[in-house]
Amino acid sequence: MSKQLISMSVNGKKLEQAVEPRTLLVHFLREQLNLTGTHIGCDTSHCGACTVDVDGKSLKACTILAVQCHGSEVMTVEGLAQGGALHAIQDAFYKEHGLQCGFCTPGMMIRAYRLLQENPNPSEDEIRIGMSGNLCRCTGYQNIIKAVQHAAKTLSASGLKVAA
Amino acid sequence: MNASITERQAALMGMGDSRLRKEDARFIQGKGNYVDDIKMPGMLHMAIVRSPFAHARIKGINKAKALAIPGVLAVLTADDLKPLKLHWMPTLAGDVQAVLADAKVHFQMQEVAVVIAEDRYIADDAVQAVEVEYEELPAVVDPHKALLPEAPVLREDLAGKSEGAHGKRYHPNHIFTWEAGDQAAADAALAKAEVKVEQKMFYPRVHPCPLETCGCVASFDPIRGELTTYMTSQAPHVVRTVVSMLSGIPESKVRIISPDIGGGFGNKVPIYPGYVCAIVASIVLGRPVKWVEDRIENISSTGFARDYHMSGELAATKDGKITGLKVNVIADHGAFDSCADPSKFPAGMFHICTGSYAIPSAYCRVDGVYTNKAPGGVAYRCSFRVTEAVYLIERMVDVLAQKLNLDKAEIRARNFIRKEQFPYKSALGFEYDSGDYHTALKKVLDAVDYKGLRAEQAAKRADPKSPTLMGIGLVSFTEVVGAGPSKICDILGVGMFDSCEIRVHPTGSAIARMGTISQGQGHQTTYAQIIATELGLPSEVIQVEEGDTSTAPYGLGTYGSRSTPVAGAAIAMASRKIHAKAKKIAAHLLEVSENDLDWEIDRFKVKGNDAKFKTMKDVAWAAYHQPPAGMEPGLEAVHYYDPPNFTFPFGIYLCVVDISKATGETAIRRFYALDDCGTRINPMIIEGQIHGGLTEGFAVAMGQLLSFDEQGNIQGNTLMDYFLPTMVETPRWETDHTVTPSPHHPIGAKGVAESPHVGSIPTFTSAVVDAFAHLGVTHMEMPHTSARVWKQLQASGVACE
Amino acid sequence: MIPPSFGYSAPSSLPEALKLLAQHGDEAKILAGGHSLLPMMKFRFAEPGHLIDLNRVDELKGIREEGGLIVIGAMTSESDLIASKLLTQKLPLLAETALQIADPQVRNRGTIGGDIAHGDPGNDHPAIMLVLDATFVLSGPKGERSVPASKFFHGTYMTDLQASEILKEIRIQPFAAKTGYAYCKLKRKTGDWASAAAAVVLTMSGDKVSTLRIALTNLAATAIRAEAAEADLQGRPLSDANIDAAAKAAMAICDPAADLRGDVEYKTAMAGEMVKRAIRLAATRCR
Ligand SMILES: Cc1cc2nc3c(=O)[nH]c(=O)nc-3n(C[C@H](O)[C@H](O)[C@H](O)COP(=O)(O)OP(=O)(O)OC[C@H]3O[C@@H](n4cnc5c(N)ncnc54)[C@H](O)[C@@H]3O)c2cc1C
Ligand code: FES
Ligand code: FES
Repeated sequence: MSKQLISMSVNGKKLEQAVEPRTLLVHFLREQLNLTGTHIGCDTSHCGACTVDVDGKSLKACTILAVQCHGSEVMTVEGLAQGGALHAIQDAFYKEHGLQCGFCTPGMMIRAYRLLQENPNPSEDEIRIGMSGNLCRCTGYQNIIKAVQHAAKTLSASGLKVAA
Repeated sequence: MNASITERQAALMGMGDSRLRKEDARFIQGKGNYVDDIKMPGMLHMAIVRSPFAHARIKGINKAKALAIPGVLAVLTADDLKPLKLHWMPTLAGDVQAVLADAKVHFQMQEVAVVIAEDRYIADDAVQAVEVEYEELPAVVDPHKALLPEAPVLREDLAGKSEGAHGKRYHPNHIFTWEAGDQAAADAALAKAEVKVEQKMFYPRVHPCPLETCGCVASFDPIRGELTTYMTSQAPHVVRTVVSMLSGIPESKVRIISPDIGGGFGNKVPIYPGYVCAIVASIVLGRPVKWVEDRIENISSTGFARDYHMSGELAATKDGKITGLKVNVIADHGAFDSCADPSKFPAGMFHICTGSYAIPSAYCRVDGVYTNKAPGGVAYRCSFRVTEAVYLIERMVDVLAQKLNLDKAEIRARNFIRKEQFPYKSALGFEYDSGDYHTALKKVLDAVDYKGLRAEQAAKRADPKSPTLMGIGLVSFTEVVGAGPSKICDILGVGMFDSCEIRVHPTGSAIARMGTISQGQGHQTTYAQIIATELGLPSEVIQVEEGDTSTAPYGLGTYGSRSTPVAGAAIAMASRKIHAKAKKIAAHLLEVSENDLDWEIDRFKVKGNDAKFKTMKDVAWAAYHQPPAGMEPGLEAVHYYDPPNFTFPFGIYLCVVDISKATGETAIRRFYALDDCGTRINPMIIEGQIHGGLTEGFAVAMGQLLSFDEQGNIQGNTLMDYFLPTMVETPRWETDHTVTPSPHHPIGAKGVAESPHVGSIPTFTSAVVDAFAHLGVTHMEMPHTSARVWKQLQASGVACE
Repeated sequence: MIPPSFGYSAPSSLPEALKLLAQHGDEAKILAGGHSLLPMMKFRFAEPGHLIDLNRVDELKGIREEGGLIVIGAMTSESDLIASKLLTQKLPLLAETALQIADPQVRNRGTIGGDIAHGDPGNDHPAIMLVLDATFVLSGPKGERSVPASKFFHGTYMTDLQASEILKEIRIQPFAAKTGYAYCKLKRKTGDWASAAAAVVLTMSGDKVSTLRIALTNLAATAIRAEAAEADLQGRPLSDANIDAAAKAAMAICDPAADLRGDVEYKTAMAGEMVKRAIRLAATRCR
């Protein structure tokens, strides 16, 4: 099938590329843009390893076509750190031992990033529900929840507004 | 002075420190390097054509349509591999396994052909275009039926072979019989017993399902004759040996690299047809070839775990002292015996099934059987078959307690191997290194107010209006890990030692390389901590590398909780070699004899003179600049550690479950896990491993199941059905510990990552069954899904109408 | 898992979309949230030659009040249903349901129109549409037609939608004051489809049932209304015995497919339990 030209902004960088309509966003990011931080864990939109942020919403990049993101603003784990400084969420995952093999981690963090904007001060239950689209096989989640709480505190204490 | 000792100690971030993980920096920035992240110039993509049938003859394969698709380079079948003698491969268990189905398929989703194309999209199209003509044969999915005289012969390639790798085969679908213990003694104990109980139980087939599936990138350089393969492998050195044996390429020209691995849990120990085909394709096409399976392929065709049909008998006195144990197991190994156990142990360490109890006589027998299912039998976050063994004995003890109307805690306390009995020789042949079960049990019972819980349960039982049943599960498990002493443990003839090489650089930093490979356990962090404590160098300056067979010393890999018990010991021993040399250098520098030196945290000091000392860092510099006359310069060591024995971590777990009488839904109200893994290297990481293991145990006990219909069609092989709990279902874990070091391990560490999986599974079952115990129920089969629990509610007459 | 090749258009208006649909004929498939369609394509169960993506058709999105009815554009996402203040006030059952569908990421993408048009008996909105007595507005080459929910679901993956038509919007009468409602869904884990689920809309007069609608999810080839159960309670008080009788009547019409969620007996029994729970919960909200 002939390729279509799409343009989008990924982690703040504008780009234009030709893609086959069937190219999944996750493959576009990983194969065409070499942004391999976004992972594939299930292929069926159950695991959340492929979670990215598109136009301010968490989405599963294995179940959306790259052509559908024409004109969109996409953010991946590679866009979390700014100016060489880790994002509060990255720091919190590190400090609270919120990761083991690291495979779910990019999806977890990018979801947590959005969750904390939707709800800057979530309760434990709100975190559990808000992150229920992301599976982890290693950590048992307890430290991930702590990490999200930790990040929420850091963000509200610093009064820092995370870029919307 | 004291303050400074503490400060120096703290600065090392050595053993006992909850040091943050060194590996995290790359993972949290999306810079991990997993197999699917690897790209090479000219790289091709491979995808696999798989059988829709569980048992069928292949009448023909037509590649034409697939080859006609632009971008498709090759389609390979068994016939193409035959001239290379690679259409079958040896398994780690002494069997052979079809790389690509040779005239016959033996399980649904078996590899039938591979296609190699310019990108993965085209490869997938080509898979669909390969036409395979099958003639379906009757499938055998039940291992008991497989052993009936009239059962179809599954492995025609073994026709007439009455002897397998592990002795006699008494049926064409029989693989082996393996026994341990003294059958006559166990029979006698049962014959004389005041009380006997018997229980059948099925430990269902499950899959480790790490979040990253399996895959590889194979790259053969035809000019240099060198093969480099990046692979999701928990045992890269073993893979290199096998690849060299299969391909004829010298081991020195085969390089296997396990990059970052997205979880393994045993699933990434075996050698899969996909790896072999990608390697062959790369050799044939002279270009790098990537193969990464999808989730359905992963669940359907790669190493499953368990599938043990067990039956146990216990003999006991009237007051609950166990006098004998007898166990029979039918082990469903699927179509090929590709279990990854030490060669002499086709049922792994199943003979740990006497558990934490002093049982004077015991016998167990395991019969391996072929069926039309995927091969495997891997250690899913456990040491070889220890999970099955622990499940069996813990269930049996509960059944006995119920029969005697004894409390679960009480019967355990009466039968525990006592602290002073260690080292304890079990009736099935293990020598338990150390343990203190009574102390641990008391700690747990006090922490949860066990009496209070029982009182609450009694009140609920007395109240017919209670909308829930309450169950209390209790398990006191002992694991055997750290395989293993090479006099009894080998894989393909290679002893199950592990290794470490340490080089201390002139400026006092160091690099250490091991034969293991982390899949999330944090080796880069914890290994450095062992060295830090042993050598007095800060863990921050110690670089740890593993997974590359060209740079790391040979090791058997990471599974069966062997990294800490075996590689951890190798690290300590290599460190001690360096330490010994360093001491000589320090004595030389300080112009005293070695005997006049004391070691203190990070320095050698002259006895009685705190001001005269040389730090390890000073010594490192001297080792390269002014070593004593006659001494080789440099400061490095290699150690291959062959453990004298296994280690025996243990734990006491308690679980409280509430069951809805209306729906059979279970709610884990409380889960208290006390672990004793001996010396604790990094408490933060231990805690994390325990959370993870408990969660995996929860998944297995409450929902995971690979089932098959009569035709051998696998059921529920996507993450829609295969139960991986989300944050919402996962219980909140409470953890605790005691410390009983291993006396034979250089640093006393026993290993922990798998205990919570092994120990928690029977705890959940114990809790669920306990909810029904007053109704006479002694056992319920896993997984304890709402639907199944509801059936029990119905059967026991307590379901809400 | 890769979908087969297809062509792709992203029209920005409904007429344009209809034109493309006519142009590509049988080859074409509407792409809404894609969370049922794309997985089916990745499995290669569905192999459309051309996708017409409705995500840029703004007129199909959003929730408004019009002529006393609540009108929901087919392309409104589950997340938008949850966030809608209008729905919280006038039809809170919709948000309660949407929250029980899948997970946050899927809900950001999946649309109410797609959930209905897909014709999957496991999807949750169809039963809700039945209890809300919704009307679907379908646009086709010959204009628009309206179909009541009760006449829309013909069988598994079979609906009244013609290949040339697009589900444009859903029209629903808002709740009268003191309307009780509930959607009770039993599932194996977060994100799963229902093992059994029941939707209830209830009004009371005094202690007697004045109006009642019950519908069930994943218990037959389509979502089904439990009319006999409704009739059982009509004009009666919500005593335990009466509720039990209604639950039994609902169970009697169940014809679920056995799967890994449970066998027929379990699912049927759970249908009864969900009906009871939903009626009781709805009753607490009739204030
Ligand atoms: C992990 C996961 C869990 C899920 N759990 C649930 C659940 O618990 N309950 C539930 O209800 N659903 C569930 N779903 C399904 C999800 O809600 C889907 O989004 C929904 O079924 C389809 O909506 P869609 O917008 O994604 O439609 P699409 O997938 O884009 O389309 C589905 C079908 O409807 C057609 N279609 C779509 N819109 C229109 C229209 N306006 N006019 C004509 N035809 C149209 C398409 O052509 C296609 O055939 C789940 C999905 C996933 C991936
Ligand atoms: S790969 Fe996208 S959700 Fe699992
Ligand atoms: S850290 Fe391994 S899957 Fe989450």
